[in-house]
Amino acid sequence: MNAAIYNRRRAVNGVIMVLAWFAAASGIFVLALILGTLLYKGLGGVSWAVFSQNTPPPGSAGGLLNAIYGSVMMTLIGTALGTPIGILAGTYMAEYGRGNKLTMVVRFINDILLSAPSIVIGLFVYEMLVVTMGHFSAWAGGVALGLLVLPVVVRTTEDMLLLVPDSMREASSALGSPRWVVIMQVAYRAARAGMLTGVLLAIARITGETAPLLFTALNNQFMSTNMNAPMANLPVVIFQFALSPYADWQKLAWTGALLITVTVLILNVGARALSTRTSKS
Amino acid sequence: MNSTAQVANSIAQSEISPSMLRRHGIWDALLRNATRTAAITVLLLLGGVILSLVQGSIPAFKAFGFGFLTTETWNPVTEKFGALAPIYGTLVTSFIAMLIGIPVSLGVAIFITELCPLWLRRPISTAIELLAGIPSIIYGIWGLFVLSPFLQAHVQPLIIGTFAGVPVLSSLFAGPPYGIGIFTAGIILSIMVLPYITSVTRDVFETVPAVLKESAYGLGCTTWEVVSKVVLPYTRAGVIGGIMLGLGRALGETMAVTFVIGNAHKIAASILAPGTTISANIANEFTEAEGDLYTSSLVAQGLILFGITFIVLAAARLMLLRLEMRSGSKV
Repeated sequence: MNAAIYNRRRAVNGVIMVLAWFAAASGIFVLALILGTLLYKGLGGVSWAVFSQNTPPPGSAGGLLNAIYGSVMMTLIGTALGTPIGILAGTYMAEYGRGNKLTMVVRFINDILLSAPSIVIGLFVYEMLVVTMGHFSAWAGGVALGLLVLPVVVRTTEDMLLLVPDSMREASSALGSPRWVVIMQVAYRAARAGMLTGVLLAIARITGETAPLLFTALNNQFMSTNMNAPMANLPVVIFQFALSPYADWQKLAWTGALLITVTVLILNVGARALSTRTSKS
Repeated sequence: MNSTAQVANSIAQSEISPSMLRRHGIWDALLRNATRTAAITVLLLLGGVILSLVQGSIPAFKAFGFGFLTTETWNPVTEKFGALAPIYGTLVTSFIAMLIGIPVSLGVAIFITELCPLWLRRPISTAIELLAGIPSIIYGIWGLFVLSPFLQAHVQPLIIGTFAGVPVLSSLFAGPPYGIGIFTAGIILSIMVLPYITSVTRDVFETVPAVLKESAYGLGCTTWEVVSKVVLPYTRAGVIGGIMLGLGRALGETMAVTFVIGNAHKIAASILAPGTTISANIANEFTEAEGDLYTSSLVAQGLILFGITFIVLAAARLMLLRLEMRSGSKV
């Protein structure tokens, strides 16, 4: 065996394996760095005032109450709009139209919508709702978020229903159940945890979405419960406050960023735990 | 008696009446049509997005024609708009993101599938996937307050100094070190695409039959030779699909870029200089845009962005689909 060739192959392998180690380590390092910075800068600002006071005018202390309220409301609207349509569409693809042309096309289009730039969805809702209604509103923000929930739910519902063994459906049919009972009582029940995972992931996705809210819900410095008017929301407040020159605002931005990240991570970890538990059982 | 048994009992006792059959028929038709309508809604949604963008961008294309794509001027006062600078910024930031993101992602995927001890595999995969879950605005605020000052103080002066005497490179990396700019945006994007490319790559790496890898190892191949000569050729379509997926994300990414790009409507020779991208431009100026032509010029950029990402994402999906069909037929 030629020792020179052998050594060179070993050296090349060694270098590349070290690089792979380095790549993985730097990925973890960046995650740790981001979370560490968030905790360091955000934790200092967490106080009761954050949850009990509204966003302050420049140069004074305050909280994020109106922004948190707005974010929760619009997330609720988005989830309430996107989830049922998404589950129905996913049901069609997995139950009625399995493998037919419509399903293939919808799956392809849905996958594109899944990764389409969210700012384009914002432009669409602006043209559809804000222009026709004549003003920015929390409804428009909620609809924009709903359009982002939809593809996530469609995808997971279809995937999870396809995992349900056909023998279960056949058993139910053999007992004389009509199709809709088979779907509602058997397929949905078996795929429930997976479908819930999808909804949680969708909520996690819209929790931090900023771009589609910029010109749909806009922002509001005051507490507003009017869904027909501009409404404050955490992401846009963070955007505005972080880019401002005021130290108080920047501090609140970090606190808001920490809140959003913790929420998103909890949702993600929860969804993950749910899906591993069901895949094991 | 549990409820299932009760139901079974009552079904057994009850006679199947025509009215009951009819009722079930109605419910069946209802659910079938409702689900079908929902599926078609997804298609209509995409159609609606395209239509509304086209309609919104008509005034801009009428006013500037094809020149809209090739003009650098962006002047809201005289209402002269061209999209060249944002298009350039979008492409260059994504290119930098890919330049850094692809090798690192492949490295992480190789690490997870070939090198990592088994007990570490799940935690590392989870951590990388959590990176994907972090909202882009968090990357933005982190990029602005942590990454930019660091690059400005330590990395950019070094780069500028190193390439100062070299032709071409010296103008590509010309100073001063702003901290924010095209280069910083590219780095943030490379961090953001990492989890997407890694998770797809890892998944397709795991589809390689163990027998193939074992026979290569058995012939005396090193780990790198197994990866480069067996795993990568076998999974080429999937890896390219994953990369395209990441590229689609990078092209359309808005908030993280908006924070660190500097929002300058010019094409500078140096990639360290501030610039703008399509999405950052829309995010920054849309609510302040006065007049139809200004708004329409921004919507037109949205249409261009959607067009580019649509092509990239469609190509990615087709490649992944092809791989899925191949592995499906083999199982």
